Amino acid sequence: MAAYAETAAKTVLATAGRDRDRSVKSLVFLGLLWFSLFFGVLVLVALIVSTALEGAPRFDSDLITRYSSTLSPERTGFRAGILGSLMVILATAAMAVPIGIAAALHLEEFANKERWYNKFIEVNLQNLAAVPSVVYGLLAVAFVTLMGIHQRGLVISGAVALSLLILPVIIITTREAVRAVPREIRDGSMALGATRWQTTWKQTLPSAVPGIATGTILGLSRAIGEAAPLLIIGTATAIRFDPNGLMSQFTALPLEIYSTTSQSREDFRVAAAAAIIVLLVMILALNGLAIFIRNKFQRSW
Amino acid sequence: MTTTTTTPAGPPSPAGLRGDPVDLSGRSRPGEAVIRGVLFAAALVSVLTTVGIVIALLRPAVEFFRDVPVWEFLGGTRWAPNDSGNPDFGVWPLVSATLVITVVALVVAIPLGLGAAMYLSEYASPEMRRRLKPIVELLAGVPSVVYGFFALTFVTPNLLQKVLHIDVGFTNALAAGLVLGVMIIPTIASLSEDALFAVPLSLRQGSFAMGANRMQTTLRVVLPAAMSGVAAAVILGLSRAVGETMIVALAAGSRPHLSLDPREGMQAMTGYIASTAGGENPVGSTSYNTLFAVGLLLFVITLIINVISIALVRRYRQEY
Amino acid sequence: MVKGTNMSTHSVTASSPGTEANRHTAGGSVGSLSDVAQEIERHLPDKLMDPIMETSLLNIYYGDFHAVHDVNLAFGRNEITALIGPSGCGKSTVLRSLNRMNDLVPGARVEGAVNYQGQNIYARGVDPIAVRTHVGMVFQKPNPFPKSIYDNVAYGPRVTGMKVDDMDDLVEGALRGAALWDEVKDKLKQSAYGLSGGQQQRLCIARTIATKPNVILMDEPCSALDPIATARVEDLMLQLTQDYTIVIVTHNMQQAARVSDRTAFFTARPDETTGNRTGLLVEYNLTKQLFSQPSDQRTEDYISGRFG
Repeated sequence: MAAYAETAAKTVLATAGRDRDRSVKSLVFLGLLWFSLFFGVLVLVALIVSTALEGAPRFDSDLITRYSSTLSPERTGFRAGILGSLMVILATAAMAVPIGIAAALHLEEFANKERWYNKFIEVNLQNLAAVPSVVYGLLAVAFVTLMGIHQRGLVISGAVALSLLILPVIIITTREAVRAVPREIRDGSMALGATRWQTTWKQTLPSAVPGIATGTILGLSRAIGEAAPLLIIGTATAIRFDPNGLMSQFTALPLEIYSTTSQSREDFRVAAAAAIIVLLVMILALNGLAIFIRNKFQRSW
Repeated sequence: MTTTTTTPAGPPSPAGLRGDPVDLSGRSRPGEAVIRGVLFAAALVSVLTTVGIVIALLRPAVEFFRDVPVWEFLGGTRWAPNDSGNPDFGVWPLVSATLVITVVALVVAIPLGLGAAMYLSEYASPEMRRRLKPIVELLAGVPSVVYGFFALTFVTPNLLQKVLHIDVGFTNALAAGLVLGVMIIPTIASLSEDALFAVPLSLRQGSFAMGANRMQTTLRVVLPAAMSGVAAAVILGLSRAVGETMIVALAAGSRPHLSLDPREGMQAMTGYIASTAGGENPVGSTSYNTLFAVGLLLFVITLIINVISIALVRRYRQEY
Repeated sequence: MVKGTNMSTHSVTASSPGTEANRHTAGGSVGSLSDVAQEIERHLPDKLMDPIMETSLLNIYYGDFHAVHDVNLAFGRNEITALIGPSGCGKSTVLRSLNRMNDLVPGARVEGAVNYQGQNIYARGVDPIAVRTHVGMVFQKPNPFPKSIYDNVAYGPRVTGMKVDDMDDLVEGALRGAALWDEVKDKLKQSAYGLSGGQQQRLCIARTIATKPNVILMDEPCSALDPIATARVEDLMLQLTQDYTIVIVTHNMQQAARVSDRTAFFTARPDETTGNRTGLLVEYNLTKQLFSQPSDQRTEDYISGRFG
């Protein structure tokens, strides 16, 4: 309510005193603000257009159906990377989503916020969200070694690294979605004699599902583009077979893009550009799905 | 004491006979307790992650510091861990490269991020704000390896060499820093927009009432009032820049040397980790352990930066 | 006069032993709205000898903030008790303490006792969830769940594990009890959000009586409703007294005068040092008496509109 009044008052302000904003200085300032706002779009257009133009010769079926090849760079493909990325993302989702949602429910619905350990968890989470992704790679290496897995570059290692990386994102977005469910719904349920968990499971969580799904997919779309932690866990870049399980070696699309870009031959550069477009399409598809879910199912209270 | 509950006398009511003893003790709900425990355990995963990071980095790093004294690592100016004849473990070349790239990135990201934030908070209508915000956030959705490719194949050859005629090499800190700056614009824009928007309306009204226009109000009233939040945003952007890996690994170069000239190629901390982790150093060797020593240094630097940022955000949340 | 009161006391409270039995057919026996006319002349004992609930030296704190000071109140069986007073006088806080909904507010703390059928609901070993199945609550803003009408009513019995022979019967009985059945019987599977505000509020009442409580707390139940919907809810409240005890918080003095048997007037007193306003009970009496001959100047000022 207060927020609404604030916004309404701002709208009134926005229309007041226009003429004083017409001085040259003010207009230049406004122009600069517009420029900063749309600079990003400009860069994005330049990035996509230049990459698409460079990769255009390789928009063929070989690009996604063939394995990488150093012998015939003009026909090299990213099949192993695409499949590897999909598999590692699925494994990441299977690990990170339940843990993330459970942690968010604890913090939002059950935790006594006065307790020092809950406060500590909060601060810790904020910090984790800003820890460099390479560090998660180093952690995953230590973790799987502790589990007795000494082989490098397995799907499980990649999934552990990426799960820990996106856990803060999932927790934060789930909390926001849960918080958006009005208090009245919880009170109504509790007043009827439901327990805290019944209220959470039957009322809060179902109402928050669209928001959680949106946030989770956005988190996964961040994970699918990550290369650094995978590089650290020793993911191979020249894999010529499909991944077939958690304990399988794999490569990922962003990693193949990295290694292909590092090659000096022109054909590889072109292939990398084309692969980037494939990666961007995958990310765009995930984001589109998130937006679709939000628009279709999101309830406005 | 001031309560005057009027209770005139009256005969007892027959209803007094009634009232079966009520059982309010409830059922025991072991399931509820188990679930609470599971949820709490899930929340603890985040704490265990931090503990895990510290242990994972500390153990090999301690071993490393047994071979290489800490002062040599933190004070040395030559980084050549794989020079079998004359290895040197002075981390300064890596740190200086990170510093140079980060400064370039911030020079790009602070004005642009703040500009976007000021527009969204002070000029845009709520409807425009809602529509424009995702556009700014788009930049954060592009994978860093894609930015790295862009820096290497477009920014360096086309923008820097052909258009601006800057004498840069194939890999250089400038291109990496510029693109990295673009990547952290959303971080700075989004957090500082929150801070600007949180400034109470009364401050703006006061300024308008004194005859100030929107630009003066934004720059002289709102921005100073939101300073701690804006600082938190910049610092968080700094943390992201320091920790970013793929852009610097691809575009900044892989030759560690001490220089502050952004036109040169140089290897940053994250760049070193990326290039060494993929290599074939035997586990437990000093050259393998360098990875964790550099990782630990990186973690400590970003941790300090993050804690400052979190503390600043707290402060501005308390102010209003 | 005294004699007459006695007689009618008997007639009202004599039905009380049957209340327990009535609860098992909750609401099913309630007739149409026109029957309510009989309720207009209710005769009540001046003094409550066997209140279903009572508070003694109730003090409520939110952290360091002392919200309510030393409240002693008793609620008569099958009566409607209104809690009135200016904003911030603690009346809603008192109401929420009667079924331990205050427990859900972080930092809330209760001192003193709230006795329900002779048992302190704040005693050690008392399960707040069990308390809430005896003492139900209807909120200020209609808050149906985003589910079907049927599932809204069946929710309480389901979550509390109530033994129900025929859920359809129970839902129908509760909806009849809330005078909503005729309006919704053909759309039980439709979302509760399709109902009007007044219907939603009656659905919330139906949802509450489906769990067969003894006491229903109502926190300004009509403040979000238009006058016609308000009148229907008020009629419903009068009907419900056949089976339930009702405690209602209202801002509307006319409403308190119209529906309640007894009224408690609260006010807020600022603390000399902190300036925080602590709520306290000024006067508690039969509604008729409180409105016609208030015994405290503050009550008179409030009901005559000079204050608040």
